Amino acid sequence: MRQEYLVPAQDFSVAGVASSNLKRLLKQLNINPFTIKRIMVAVFEAEVNVIAHSFGGRIVCDLEEEEITIQVIDTGPGIPNLDLAMTEGWSTASEQVRELGYGAGMGLPNIKKNCDHLTIQTKAGEHTHITMRFCLKEGE
Amino acid sequence: MSEAGFHHSLQVLNDACKGCTHCMKRCPTGAIRIAKGKAWISAELCIDCGQCMAVCPNDAIKIEQDPLSQLQRFTYRVGIIPAPFFAQFPDTFTVTQVLSALYDIGFTHIYLAETGVDILDILEAKENAQALPLISNFCPAVQRLIQIRYPLLVGNLTRLRSPAQVTAIFAKSELKALGESLGIFYLTPCAAKIAQFKTEGSEEHRLFDGIINFDTAYNQVSTLLARDKEKYANQNAGFTFPHCTRKALRWSLVKGQSSNQSGRALAVDEMHNVIEFLDILEDEQETSLRFLELDACAEGCVGGILTVRNRFLATEQLRHWSTALPKELSQDLVERILVQRPSFENNLCLEAPQPKQVMGLDKDRSKALQKLEKVDRILAALPGIDCGLCGCPSCLALAQDVAKSQASLRQCVVLKLKDPKELNSLARIWGERPTTANGQKDDQA
Repeated sequence: MRQEYLVPAQDFSVAGVASSNLKRLLKQLNINPFTIKRIMVAVFEAEVNVIAHSFGGRIVCDLEEEEITIQVIDTGPGIPNLDLAMTEGWSTASEQVRELGYGAGMGLPNIKKNCDHLTIQTKAGEHTHITMRFCLKEGE
Repeated sequence: MSEAGFHHSLQVLNDACKGCTHCMKRCPTGAIRIAKGKAWISAELCIDCGQCMAVCPNDAIKIEQDPLSQLQRFTYRVGIIPAPFFAQFPDTFTVTQVLSALYDIGFTHIYLAETGVDILDILEAKENAQALPLISNFCPAVQRLIQIRYPLLVGNLTRLRSPAQVTAIFAKSELKALGESLGIFYLTPCAAKIAQFKTEGSEEHRLFDGIINFDTAYNQVSTLLARDKEKYANQNAGFTFPHCTRKALRWSLVKGQSSNQSGRALAVDEMHNVIEFLDILEDEQETSLRFLELDACAEGCVGGILTVRNRFLATEQLRHWSTALPKELSQDLVERILVQRPSFENNLCLEAPQPKQVMGLDKDRSKALQKLEKVDRILAALPGIDCGLCGCPSCLALAQDVAKSQASLRQCVVLKLKDPKELNSLARIWGERPTTANGQKDDQA
């Protein structure tokens, strides 16, 4: 089953709306609460990234029996140095974003920590496409 | 806490029920459906909060009442009495009078449930739940609500024993010389406590020998106070609660717990507020809050379903009494508690509560996925009025019930009025099987 959520740029008042709606679906699928929590943390971080850094984007969720795949696709401006972006505490967030309590540089590291498989396609000046996979099999 | 079958204290009286949907719309876990003109409560989802009983205009929800005569099974009968019980009576009766009437209706020993708060303090009990913010396990209806509706927050529930449990252990320990002839009884202001007590394997079931509803005891005590006016009139010795501190007496009131926490804490009372707050909290990634006191009833336990007196008056009464109480326990009571310390050794915390996965559409995930898609399609065709006339609390609930083959699309009154033919074709599209429009049978199968 596929579900899509639009994420607008710079609108922090809706941060968490997409992840919260996704949670409502996941709860109906008898998924272990710890796994739901992991998915929630990762998707929330990605959602905030789109709001804080991009020109807007969408979250595409594919729910399957044994795996949940979540793609976060934005329209730019891309990540110039991915290695740095994966470093805890490193952030390009604006002063304005930090004042709202975001931009601590934990976004991508937190996403990596919480999902089972992560790929990031990005090009400076273009878009960013993050794919996270979560395994639903017991004991993994 | 192991619990094979959770016991429920609330029951629909079919003769009185008109199927008016009030209870169904109020139920916080969506446990109620109307089938064949009568309300029906799902045992899986019910948390015994008593909201349905409070809102029923026809007195069609019954709560279990054990008779007071159960006391007679024991030679020695200990009453563990929560302070809100004393606040049920008007100012014309003193605490001493109520207390002596309690002895007269059959108790041989009386302990104040709130003393447990002080006992936990004196024994320096440490909370062992880790996830912040801690959510107090004091209200059993809230604990169960979280287990069912907010599985992500189950790890935040505190695990220290409730004050009433602690007091029961204390009483048992002090009076152990009385052996088998000793019975311990709890007076309850709410349905959720009854359910806890009657669930086999629960701590309440183990610690208490019986449970007596506030209103049952209130009626007995009031009868005595009215009948033997003169006898009780003389017992006026200005007696207050000797057995707890000021803070403990306020424990069951709103902010009673939260105002005594170190670090940031807040209190929320009344079920719909609690739900609104938990919805937000479950999504919260970071919080500076350390402790949450959530009470299912308005104003806390004084708003319990079995209380008699107006909850605001009862709150004021308890606050008024509490101002006369000391901040520290008397030295002799502290010593009494310390003597019983061995009974509390490794016995102050409960096992971690577990989430109950009953909100899912199907135990089999691939079927649940199919049903989830089906819900989406059905919901798109439903009017979204949430009128409840179909016997489900909302259009979403009807869509879920249809997807689970527990209801029929034909139940939707609005669709039926709009176009009977369209409805038939909708039912054809989703291949719903013929049903008796009775979720009850399907659920129990």
